[in-house]
Amino acid sequence: MREHKGIKLALIFTMYGYIILFLLVPLLFIFTKALEQGVAVYLAAILDEEARSAIRLTLLVTAITVPLNTLFGISAAWAITKFDFKGKQLLLSLIELPFAVSPVIAGLMFILFFSPSGVLGTVITDFGLRIIFSVPGIVLATMFVTLPFVARELIPVMEAQGRAEEEAAISLGANGFQMFKRVTLPAIKWGLLYGVILCSARAVGEFGAVSIVSGRIRGMTNTMPLHIEILYNEYQFAAAFAVASLMSLLAVITLFIKVWIEHRTHTSTR
Amino acid sequence: MRWQVFIILSLSLLVLASCGTKPRELLNVSYDPTRELYQEFNVAFQQHWLQTHNEEVIIRQSHGSSGSQARAIIDGLPADVATLALAYDIDAIAAKEIIATDWLTQRPNNSSPYTSTIVFLVRKGNPKQITDWDDLIREDVSVITPNPKTSGGARWNYLAALGYAQNTYATEQQVTDFVHKLYRNVAVLDTGARASTTTFAEKGIGDVLITWENEALLAIKQLQANDFTLVTPSQSILAEPSVAVVDRTVDEHDTRELAEAYISYLYSEVGQDLAAKHFYRPRDEKIAERYREQFPPLTLFTVEQLGGWQSLQRIHFSDGGKFDQIYTGGTK
Repeated sequence: MREHKGIKLALIFTMYGYIILFLLVPLLFIFTKALEQGVAVYLAAILDEEARSAIRLTLLVTAITVPLNTLFGISAAWAITKFDFKGKQLLLSLIELPFAVSPVIAGLMFILFFSPSGVLGTVITDFGLRIIFSVPGIVLATMFVTLPFVARELIPVMEAQGRAEEEAAISLGANGFQMFKRVTLPAIKWGLLYGVILCSARAVGEFGAVSIVSGRIRGMTNTMPLHIEILYNEYQFAAAFAVASLMSLLAVITLFIKVWIEHRTHTSTR
Repeated sequence: MRWQVFIILSLSLLVLASCGTKPRELLNVSYDPTRELYQEFNVAFQQHWLQTHNEEVIIRQSHGSSGSQARAIIDGLPADVATLALAYDIDAIAAKEIIATDWLTQRPNNSSPYTSTIVFLVRKGNPKQITDWDDLIREDVSVITPNPKTSGGARWNYLAALGYAQNTYATEQQVTDFVHKLYRNVAVLDTGARASTTTFAEKGIGDVLITWENEALLAIKQLQANDFTLVTPSQSILAEPSVAVVDRTVDEHDTRELAEAYISYLYSEVGQDLAAKHFYRPRDEKIAERYREQFPPLTLFTVEQLGGWQSLQRIHFSDGGKFDQIYTGGTK
């Protein structure tokens, strides 16, 4: 097919225009709005006790959910790509369920499950535990929403890798762990990292499911996205955008790491 | 069996990690516009409790739309005290036996330590000359009010308009026509009160915002960049935000005296003054006198005079009720 200069240029131009108009300009607007009332207001908003506790909680939730989902993602991808078993397709679809289910429904699901009148409500109350409207509930909701990310990234990579190298390792006398460390992991590491980054980004930013199970107790169960919404609703626009800019910064950094990893993957796979 | 033990163990670790130990805590679950009020009130109460009982306590607060906060308490949010926008929401919690069913009469003034009313916020200088409810049904006036089916605050707006019409017009048909005309003038029907304020103030849509007096005063104070004028109509509804101790939680946490004292303190001179400072009409007449300029007099009617929450809810806000008929054109 012959390259058509005009079409190519028009497409590139449209694409850049679109991205600048709908992504970059609004993102820049967040930063300008955040700094509108000066650096002092910006810092005060971020160092405010409620903001700091929201940031801490968000980081805690991310620190719990990402490793767990990474472990799950590796296991799931391994099971699906390296073994043959009945119900493989079903498992694959189930892993992707959180993509299909709206986060709001995920949140409500946990409420139905753990509220005092819910399925597990009485058991939980008897043990004196608190799940929803508390940190465990937020962790569960975030885990549900971010579950597919690592597995989704790993499955195609591991599928492409095939089983031959690993079978060779085993036949040469490696045990399972040695095989994973020396053969599997080097091949999947960039895909894995990519999955972990996407998973973290979503864990930090999740709003819908978390807002339902949070209870919005200030200083206790408020995450960063919830805190931003609250500040906005309280006419504290500069403060809301300050915290929002901090989150956007996290996202931008994530994006750069992602691009760098993609670059590395392309150069490392011949 | 092992994995269940593991799950329970790790969950309890999480729980332990999430809730410290030392001072007693009290959770006040409230609705959106009370944040500033309770932030200041909590500090005052903490000092008061420290002085009178020599005990440090931590007061936590949670805000959201009144209906969803009630729902969260029913679903297990461990509120010691519920301070919501309307009695109907506390009744919903009481119906689940989480709050005593006689809560309304446990405290003075229908368990409502401060009140508000429904007023109009218009553009600076009142260019459309809106002075009373009748102006809202003029064809050249565009109205902003939230949806009474989803917003507690919006139900007060609807009932204020209904009450005005009932006091002004002779026949049922005229009353219905008035309400229909008003809601056909609504440009944006947001889901919550704050969203409506943002639509009117930030996005600049509409000629008049129907809103709580405290919301209007707060908006004028907070959004200096935009200029608005508050219009108090000749008559409106007495909005009584309700407070109650959540019996389920205080029995579980052994915080009953603390919660009772917290609510009593709302009726004290300090509490009343803070309520007035944050734009709620105080019950205490001495304090009300102090803030006379902020709260112009008007004729107020109550929800009871209109028939009470339960019947109003059924007639107007249930599916297919009178509010729905405005848009389906059921009784044109």
